[in-house]
Amino acid sequence: MKKKMTTVAFNGTAEQLAQLDELIAKHKGEKGALMPILQGAQGIYGYLPIEVQKHIALSMDVPLSEVYGVATFYSQFILNPKGEYAVSVCLGTACYVKGAGLLMDKLESLLGIKNGEISDDRKFSLDATRCIGACGLAPVLTVNEEVYGRLTPDMIKGILDKYN
Amino acid sequence: MIKNIAELTAIRDAYAGKINFRKHDAGAEVSDGNIKKHVLICGGTGCTSSKSVQIKAKMEEAIKEAGIQDEVQVVLTGCFGLCALGPIVIVYPEGTFYSRIEIKDAETIVKEHLVGGTPVKSLLYSETVKGDEILSLNETAFYKKQKRVALRNCGVIDPECINEYIGTNGYLALAKVVTEMTPDDVINTILESGIRGRGGGGFPTGRKWMFAAAQPKGQKYVVCNGDEGDPGAFMDRSILEGDPHALIEAMAIAGYAIGANQGYVYVRAEYPIAVNRLQAAIDAARKEGLLGKNIFGTDFEFDMQIRLGAGAFVCGEETALLTSIEGNRGEPRPRPPFPAVKGLFGKPTIINNVETYANIPQIILKGADWFKSMGTEKSKGTKVFALGGKITNTGLVEIPMGTTLREVVEEIGGGIPNGKKFKAAQTGGPSGGCIPASKYDVEIDYDNLIAQGSMMGSGGLIVMDEDTCMVDLAKFFLEFTVDESCGKCAPCRIGTVRLLEILTKITEGNGEMEDLDKLEELANYIKSASLCGLGQTAPNPVLSTLANFRDEYIAHIVDKKCPAGVCKNLFTYKIDLDKCMGCGLCAKQCPAEAISRTDYVAEGHKLASMQIDASKCVKCGACLPSCKKFNAIYKG
Repeated sequence: MKKKMTTVAFNGTAEQLAQLDELIAKHKGEKGALMPILQGAQGIYGYLPIEVQKHIALSMDVPLSEVYGVATFYSQFILNPKGEYAVSVCLGTACYVKGAGLLMDKLESLLGIKNGEISDDRKFSLDATRCIGACGLAPVLTVNEEVYGRLTPDMIKGILDKYN
Repeated sequence: MIKNIAELTAIRDAYAGKINFRKHDAGAEVSDGNIKKHVLICGGTGCTSSKSVQIKAKMEEAIKEAGIQDEVQVVLTGCFGLCALGPIVIVYPEGTFYSRIEIKDAETIVKEHLVGGTPVKSLLYSETVKGDEILSLNETAFYKKQKRVALRNCGVIDPECINEYIGTNGYLALAKVVTEMTPDDVINTILESGIRGRGGGGFPTGRKWMFAAAQPKGQKYVVCNGDEGDPGAFMDRSILEGDPHALIEAMAIAGYAIGANQGYVYVRAEYPIAVNRLQAAIDAARKEGLLGKNIFGTDFEFDMQIRLGAGAFVCGEETALLTSIEGNRGEPRPRPPFPAVKGLFGKPTIINNVETYANIPQIILKGADWFKSMGTEKSKGTKVFALGGKITNTGLVEIPMGTTLREVVEEIGGGIPNGKKFKAAQTGGPSGGCIPASKYDVEIDYDNLIAQGSMMGSGGLIVMDEDTCMVDLAKFFLEFTVDESCGKCAPCRIGTVRLLEILTKITEGNGEMEDLDKLEELANYIKSASLCGLGQTAPNPVLSTLANFRDEYIAHIVDKKCPAGVCKNLFTYKIDLDKCMGCGLCAKQCPAEAISRTDYVAEGHKLASMQIDASKCVKCGACLPSCKKFNAIYKG
């Protein structure tokens, strides 16, 4: 998947940096530690800004190109911040066959942003996600951790209203 | 700490009663001390998404209020399989099957059923109510034809309670292996059983183990592939959520067989419940001494770790998965050398799928002959399928190999909803193909599916009805593989993009007949020249839809029509003027103001009919449901 570099300014705190250093220290000397560290770093910052990738590269003594290579390879790693409410539409086969594409169309028109974008007020971000395995509830979308299933496009407005 | 077999069997005997209590054979005498009822609530991902955890809390609260907390045990289990009806609650010993329960129903069930003794009929799965008689879940069409081996504990035990697993003879196979069998005995049993890899390829599991065991002594690894990337497949997740100890036991057995002391489970990060339960199970097994040093008092040691995937489909390919565990971009590498010779960190490694492992302890305990007695000549045992798409009973089923597709869809799956016709079933996800209605009676096993131009894959089975456009479907899968191609080899990286371009051209109505030959030619090049399984199988959806639904491609190209009414450029919405009652509901739904009133009043109607301005219509389909009553809007 193509990844866009963010244009949002980095504003990490000293506290986050301390957490990151602790995480790196915990995995020191472990084989294949880069992935768990990136996963942990994303948990701390919510995304992987280039500043954080640089810090990881320096602390682990690996080239930044390697860190960046791994961060851009896996779709779970995100280089852009998410909105306060991250809306993800499952576009797995089962959901797709049951009309998940129509849900996406409706969300794009209601939120005024496209798939992969974040609204200007940073309140909502919209993404397509791979199968989340809730195929019995197809089609589904998630807002942060909350799962909404067995949806039709006319139910979308009601869901978004809950967060407005 | 469990130090020997006697201590293990003591726990088993103490818990066996609890497990038997949930064996819902009608009329069987069961008891569990003072406990009179077990309430099992599905804690799989599907049911958790529809609040089963909150239902459990509410239920426990109501049970306390009723003062029967000493007589009722509430258990959060793994997946029962019938996800379409979730959240599911089962009450034993009757096996009463409550479906689509809401939080507010918890109190009613406690009051009327647990205290009053009368099942709440209105909340039961409708198929289990036959007049005055209430059937148990095992008597429903969905469960009757299934044979549960890999899923045997899912929906039966509490996955977070190691003693309940031991109560089902859990860890007994590991005990038998380390105390009574040589590594060669283990490998021979697995070879003899004929089990083949459940992740898709179908390579004989015993042979993998044999190759790795034959390598010189030293550091070796056992890896579990839980990177279930096929969209619509969730069998591995359900096993991890419902029976994590079975995987741990099997990996330890594999470690003993090949001489490895370390295991890695690679699981998708998208499966948080599975990851948490597996981690809890690993911790519990360590605490009991079933992982670690001196297992069952022998000098065999084995431990394991979870590694999280990060959303790359290609990591389901074994060499890519190993590269990913090593902390790199998950790109595949050429084979040979095979992982059994040079795998993780360059050491001999076996890598098997979650479902494959889930079968292993049973094979050890019940013997190769028992396993061989199920299935077809070349595909032994059972296979778990995730039924999805246009099918009534979406969910997880386990069937003996050789069951026909028709039985799976019509009997177990409950057929196609809304009176539509079966058009095709897609197996093997983006690597597989479609089985058309003319092959409805094909017996499902590895070789038959390959003969149909599809493959077993990990077991996703998506059903399509007449509303699915096969060209659009092929395009959907190609979009997936284009996204997921790792980019290392050119046939896959460039070839799939070109395939997708041609398909897009066809679905937009700009296709030419010679495109079909180009598709076929290019598809075959990609198949033969790609480095790994992803590229080698990526053209399958195109080739199999071309072979079975060529007329649909031709309709798109020659007639510029999409017979299923999916490809937006190739149909318009129209209103049948004589059917239209002129109610105007459709115009209210239309976001593009494309619907207006005509002057025409149909015979016997009071209001003038509506019409759609094709130049304004965005083909969103919002008008269709508003006309359900009169059915005047159609695609043409």
